[in-house]
Amino acid sequence: MSKKKTEKLIDKKGIRIDGRELNKLRPIKLEVGVLDNANGSAYIEQGKNKILAGVYGPKEVHPKHLAISDRALLRCRYHMAPFSVQERKSPAPSRREVEISKVIKEALEPAIFAEYYPRTSIELFIEVLQADGGTRCASLTAASLALADAGIPMRDLVAACAAGKVDGHLVLDLNDVEDKEGEADLPLALIPSLNAVTLLQMDGKATLEEFEQLVNMAVEGCKQIHKLQKEALKAKYITVKEEPKE
Amino acid sequence: MPTFYERKQIVTPGDLLAENDYMAGDNTYKENGKIYATRVGLVDYDNRRVSVVALKAFYIPYIGDLVIGKVTDVTLGVWLIDINAPYPAVLRASDALNRPFKPQRDELSSIFDVGDVVIAEIVAYDRTRDPLLTVSDLGLGKVKRGQIIEVTPTKIPRVIGRQGSMITMLKQETGCQITVGQNGVILVSGKSLEDEQLAIRAIRKIEEEAHTSGLTDRITEMIKNEKRGVEHV
Repeated sequence: MSKKKTEKLIDKKGIRIDGRELNKLRPIKLEVGVLDNANGSAYIEQGKNKILAGVYGPKEVHPKHLAISDRALLRCRYHMAPFSVQERKSPAPSRREVEISKVIKEALEPAIFAEYYPRTSIELFIEVLQADGGTRCASLTAASLALADAGIPMRDLVAACAAGKVDGHLVLDLNDVEDKEGEADLPLALIPSLNAVTLLQMDGKATLEEFEQLVNMAVEGCKQIHKLQKEALKAKYITVKEEPKE
Repeated sequence: MPTFYERKQIVTPGDLLAENDYMAGDNTYKENGKIYATRVGLVDYDNRRVSVVALKAFYIPYIGDLVIGKVTDVTLGVWLIDINAPYPAVLRASDALNRPFKPQRDELSSIFDVGDVVIAEIVAYDRTRDPLLTVSDLGLGKVKRGQIIEVTPTKIPRVIGRQGSMITMLKQETGCQITVGQNGVILVSGKSLEDEQLAIRAIRKIEEEAHTSGLTDRITEMIKNEKRGVEHV
């Protein structure tokens, strides 16, 4: 049975089901400042993933008892639209969404200077419009751009990328089929300038050596994504930069 | 002690700006002798100080700042005022009344009601308390007429100009009363709607070209051109 899958997901030349090589990212499109009503926003397309992120704040905390007296409270809501997957997803938050909201919040917190704005809250909303595997990483990538767009001071942009094991091969940036049929999946978030990992999860099976290789692959992927993030952020403000001829 | 960018180059959070002998100025932070940006903005090197002029930020209260805010709530003894900051500002009844507040005698909503726009000054603020306002000074108090526009608070210094050169010119050329709140809210009131709209267009242009040099001259020219256009009609 597993042999059948080998032929299905990765061919003899090492080309994956969507035509990529093993260590290639999916095509990524990033846009900053797409929403007028949020203080900051970003949109990402990574392969077939389509995700929106919006940020409000810092502002007063409601309910008040949640306020932290020495730093800002970061609140995050990751949500998948009912039409984001093939089988309608109930709009109520699932166990998985609650978990992803939590890990995204914890992955972004070390990058934010939350101590500058005590007793406030920063609210982050992530809406997955179309899902195709690796949405937590793509969401994180978009969310950190939205935070920067809101003018929230950050140590660095946070980039996220997954690596995994599919049919015995180690691959970068798994899509939905690879994620579901593959042997292992390892999402990772990185603060590049500090060289700090803020999210590391894994499911499936891999040997210790493979794990190390996967981490290194994912870090490389994050660095590529980080470059795209910077470009996207600058692209929004580049029109501002050009000085008119006198 | 190298630097990695030229002045006025655009940077994003996490960009390495300078090493060693430099000091970290606005919107930057220092770690292990390296200075990084914390916001999207334009770099500025001034002697030993590296700073970033943010392209987008929000207002953080500062004692002595003049701000323009909107009344959001009238409670027993205080007004709560939205000044576009992460914290709601507090205005005490005794401050506006200039005498002790007596609930049985004074009706607060007859002085400032929800939705009123107020010019005020910040008298107290720190990390642990919400900003406290005062209206008991010349030029402060309820706004009765005029138009309100908002710009990013980081661009307010440009609207005022060096030693107030820009704002003085704007007032003179457009004939409008202009009150600039440090929180990014600007009140424009003139003799006619046309005057006000001209001033607003000029401020919008300043906002767009805030980072360029020779701006005051260009704005003067723009206003003069537009005024001539109006006279022809």
